[in-house]
Amino acid sequence: MTFNEVYRQARARWESQYNGEIPHVLVGTATCGRAAGSMAVLEAFRREIEGQNARARVSEVGCMGLCSYEPLVIIIKPGDFSVCYHHVTPQVVPQMVQGYLLGDDPCLELALGTVAGGDGEAVYIPELERFTHETRLLLSNCGYNSPLEIDHYIACNGYRGLIKALKVKPVDIIKIIDRSGLRGRGGAGYPTAAKWQQCRKAKGKHKYIICNADEGDPGAFMDRVLLESNPQAVLEGMVIAAYTIGAHKGFIYIREEYPLAIERLKTALSQAEEKGLLGKNILDSGFGFSIEIVRGAGAFVSGEETAMIAAIEGRRSWPEYRPPYPTESGLWGRPTLVNNVKTLAYIPLIIEHGDSWFAGMGTKQSSGTALFALAGKLNNTGLAEVPMGTTLETMVYRIGGGIRGGKKFKGVQIGGPSGSCLPESLLNTPIDFDSLKEAGGIMGSGGIIVMDEDNCMVDTAKFFIDFSQRESCGKCTHCRIGTWQMLDILENTTRGKASPADLDLLKELAEDIKSGSLCGLGKTAPNPVLTTLRYFGEEYTAHVLEKRCPARVCKELTAYYILPEKCERGCDHCVLACPVEAIFSDDKGLKVVDQSKCTKCGSCELVCPVEYNAVIRLSPVSLVPQDRRLRPETPSKEL
Amino acid sequence: MTDKNKTISHILTEERRHPRHLVDILQDIQAGEGYLSKDEMLKVAEFLGLPASAVWGVATFYNQFRFAPLGRHPARVCMGTACHLAGGQLVLEAMARELEIDIGSTSEDQEFSLERVACIGCCALAPVFTIGADVFPRMTPPKVEEVLVAIKPAGARKNKANRK
Repeated sequence: MTFNEVYRQARARWESQYNGEIPHVLVGTATCGRAAGSMAVLEAFRREIEGQNARARVSEVGCMGLCSYEPLVIIIKPGDFSVCYHHVTPQVVPQMVQGYLLGDDPCLELALGTVAGGDGEAVYIPELERFTHETRLLLSNCGYNSPLEIDHYIACNGYRGLIKALKVKPVDIIKIIDRSGLRGRGGAGYPTAAKWQQCRKAKGKHKYIICNADEGDPGAFMDRVLLESNPQAVLEGMVIAAYTIGAHKGFIYIREEYPLAIERLKTALSQAEEKGLLGKNILDSGFGFSIEIVRGAGAFVSGEETAMIAAIEGRRSWPEYRPPYPTESGLWGRPTLVNNVKTLAYIPLIIEHGDSWFAGMGTKQSSGTALFALAGKLNNTGLAEVPMGTTLETMVYRIGGGIRGGKKFKGVQIGGPSGSCLPESLLNTPIDFDSLKEAGGIMGSGGIIVMDEDNCMVDTAKFFIDFSQRESCGKCTHCRIGTWQMLDILENTTRGKASPADLDLLKELAEDIKSGSLCGLGKTAPNPVLTTLRYFGEEYTAHVLEKRCPARVCKELTAYYILPEKCERGCDHCVLACPVEAIFSDDKGLKVVDQSKCTKCGSCELVCPVEYNAVIRLSPVSLVPQDRRLRPETPSKEL
Repeated sequence: MTDKNKTISHILTEERRHPRHLVDILQDIQAGEGYLSKDEMLKVAEFLGLPASAVWGVATFYNQFRFAPLGRHPARVCMGTACHLAGGQLVLEAMARELEIDIGSTSEDQEFSLERVACIGCCALAPVFTIGADVFPRMTPPKVEEVLVAIKPAGARKNKANRK
């Protein structure tokens, strides 16, 4: 079958589903949707449609990146508005079926907005402000077309890039990529064309391609969403890369923690093989390429390219000294191209739309878009795809919708354990490879975590060092022992047991680890500490000199206290919630926390009714009034 | 032939007789048995022609592998960045306290096991933990108690009122 016939069939199928005669219900069932309960919603739709004798098609789709609104459902109705619904529960499904599938009531009280775009154009919700700041290339059809149907991808211009590429000489493809200015999205931003060129020129009959889907950054989930929502784009990118460098075998190294992404990738691979888009003779071009999935086994360092190669070979994933670079000597000593999921997913678009189209977006040095995972104390968490050069402020306030619960912004952590913590004064920093490097971090794989006044920066730095220390593979002494020592000092700091000299030692260790480590994990591990010291130094000083945690997070420096003037004596919520029976009533029936018993779990603060709001945290602990610290010798009358 | 031998011979197939399949093989054994036993690792070493130390080295290098069985309800508390900032540590501690087991261990009756995991990619729902395949979003220490009450077998749980 020629590609045109494949396309015509796919197009007819897509048309019948998206522009057909009966409504089409799309339920977002990526991992985050499932965590919010979308599988029960999917079940409810199937049951209700049958029960109410409605005529409608129900499909599972991926994720639009609007995680805080999950579970999301889109109803496409012929001749009427397509509507997106948020926080859908099985309980409201009967109302939606009756209202919009059978009747004319779009149930606006449940809706997030209408749905525009689709059919080759990026899908968006015009009612949401965030979409005016976004440029969705990779996310274009995520959460709209089904990741389980290759026909949807083909019908919306999928594999056009490959068709075009197969008619061009490999050298010319590299020229196109070069002019587009694409830089690797794994974090370091190495020019993609240069990497491809090195691998193409490397001598050897056998060459390999590895798609790096080992998204180990705690707080980043863009690759997972892409693989769960639009896996074909990644496969197409891999085929084009393989054709360009002359590889016939590819591997997708994916974290074992992403079972759904693995399942959807497997489906995508077999469908691509069926259509002749993968295999011995792709689209009768004479070019053959096959892809194998390799599951990771839980090691952050595997994301480093030489460590990943060791992992695929079945060894411990220890990084190797470079050069030689994998492009010359990689898997089993053969030339190997390692590219990130996002980098590969851009390739078909660049080939299809041209280099100047891509280079025209973003900044001069960093072209195209940046895909970020927004998490932390924001109103709208999820994924956002913006042109490079968009400021952090736009990201936090315009797209993220500002800080949740009216709290005060404190800082933003960008780039995970290798990245930096930036303060409010740097919110105008543009998001691109070079500006972020200047601010003391790296772009990393693309996680943005927003912190508010309730987050302690020392504790945050400790968290990242704890992560890097656990994940250090142990090969280099500086990283293995240095991160341990840094963690020790940070732990002492959060306990109020560090001295000012310790903070100097912390900086010294950080510099040593940077210079004495082989791979990116070690070289960048101290970044969170260095940037918090640089931008939030006063928090360290408060911990060290005043034994005070300004955010009242560090347990040893914080006490839970019940304000007697606010406590409602008749209420027993805190007493019942306390797991260690640390709360007692004084002779007036007002509650008191026995500081010697309190484990600072925070349960009392959470259960104290909002109308009283009597439980507060104090730091330093010496602020707790002397006479309300301990249960008196003779217990007062219990309630 | 015991069931166990059947399982492992099903996994150790000829097309996998190459050291590059080591991790894959160990993953499949763990998926079936719940953990890796010494006997099975020795069989794998023999099958692949690797020294036992190489298999042990790889198995202990990766976080995924366990050398003792999990509980019937394996609880995993996410310790990713977003969960940490939203109070994941308190949730983890509440879990250990309520289950009365240490982090990284299994209860004596084999009902529960408790592990900390790096990010499971549900950052927007932080803090989260999973029990088996179920994800519990936006947890707090009091909610941990509620969730566990529903799962724990009747009678196994101490009555809080009595404890007082």
